[in-house]
Amino acid sequence: MSEVRFTDQHEWVRVDGDEATIGITKYAAEQLGDVVFVELPEAGRKVGAGGEAAVVESVKAASEVYAPVGGEVTASNPDLTADPAKVNVDPEGDGWFFKLKLADKAEFAKLMTADQYAEFVKGL
Amino acid sequence: MADPNDTLQKTPLHALHVSLGAKMVPFCGYDMPVQYPAGILKEHLHTRDKAGLFDVSHMGQAFLSGADPARALERLTPADVVGLKPGMQRYGLLLNDEGTIKDDFMFSKLVGEDALYLVVNAGTKEADFAYIAAKLKGVAALEPRPDRALLALQGPAAAAVLERHSHGIDKLTFMKVTRCIVAGAPAILSRSGYTGEDGFEISIEAIHAERVARALLDEPEVLPIGLGARDSLRLEAGLCLYGHDIDETTDPAEANLVWSIAKRRKLDKDFPAAEKIMDRVFNGTPRKRVGILTDGRAPAREGADIADKSGKVIGKITSGGFGPTLNAPVAMGYIDSAFAADGTEVDLMVRGKPLPAKVAPMPFVPHRYRRAI
Repeated sequence: MSEVRFTDQHEWVRVDGDEATIGITKYAAEQLGDVVFVELPEAGRKVGAGGEAAVVESVKAASEVYAPVGGEVTASNPDLTADPAKVNVDPEGDGWFFKLKLADKAEFAKLMTADQYAEFVKGL
Repeated sequence: MADPNDTLQKTPLHALHVSLGAKMVPFCGYDMPVQYPAGILKEHLHTRDKAGLFDVSHMGQAFLSGADPARALERLTPADVVGLKPGMQRYGLLLNDEGTIKDDFMFSKLVGEDALYLVVNAGTKEADFAYIAAKLKGVAALEPRPDRALLALQGPAAAAVLERHSHGIDKLTFMKVTRCIVAGAPAILSRSGYTGEDGFEISIEAIHAERVARALLDEPEVLPIGLGARDSLRLEAGLCLYGHDIDETTDPAEANLVWSIAKRRKLDKDFPAAEKIMDRVFNGTPRKRVGILTDGRAPAREGADIADKSGKVIGKITSGGFGPTLNAPVAMGYIDSAFAADGTEVDLMVRGKPLPAKVAPMPFVPHRYRRAI
């Protein structure tokens, strides 16, 4: 069973066993506008929770994407390099950024649930 | 705490922008649309494909009158103002006493009128108007016109669209200007713009602005376009953005805007810091404004360092982003003149990493102005 949680930096993370898949939320994609470039971490790179892991660029501006949880990167989404607009089309599905091997499940438990995140966005 | 947006000014089209679903942002003291629901990418491509309507009412409009306002204005700009024929518009640089660029602006001579019509940048208008009024005191009088709105209709379909609302406008070729009626409103209409496309700028009284804008937006070819696409369009067209690509630390020689200095003015050297500027025109400047194209898809933004292939910093990006028409990143910036030749290989430093790039001629997307035959 997988579970999805969210950060106040508008990343989502889905955990399946000890594998975490990370992307940016629909809200973040809408705020950014048309995505034209993504820079993704290479497999094998270790990132800490809250550390800079990827970059997403829209026509307007560049934004950092932080790792919601720490671990070792196992894969990045190869489709995004060729078709960065996927981030706008399906941010919380096909537009995922990277996967990592979760180092500490307790970090995941500290993140917002879907309901908490929806409340958080409402307040912005 | 007071809402900071309360202090922002609104253009006469503010309510229209909000009703169209625009994302509003503070810009030069105004609450302005950065994009509409279509988004910057689509708005940009639509303008190059059909036509886009821009609200540029935040820009400063004014009339300069006096015994000889053209002669007076030449004290502050190296452009040929005196030689401007009635019915024509021209681009000029407003210089300070040191010969650096206080603003860039458009000036027009309307047929049968003595006063010159000026349009200056939004962010500098207060300072420009104060400067012009003070410098020309007793010689010419400046009358700002905050009661006027300014619309820009840009793109290959602009002329066909406007013809439906202002009969006979196609005889107005690039950089011509006339008073006429647009959608029932008295207008100052010029065939010019800031996108590199054919198009028009339409100055009307604020009270008519929303009705004229709605009439143009009702045409099937026209979409509303925000400031985001305005910036990417002008960057692809190689046009300077004041406060970024030119400012009071740059002069016409290094900014590569010597074409805006008239031949007569070069000979007479009768504009601010003319000796200094002409010396720099003939003997060169340490740095120059150039266009830059990167090899990959990662855009370099304003402020990124330009480095030579050994890693030495040789310049800085002043405008950079993604060019939707080129489908590639585009940038301009200032570079050590030894590296300013087209094709020179450089690196742009983005997040600490070098992006291979080349100095490239501008415009990046060819201009498609409707010039007189």
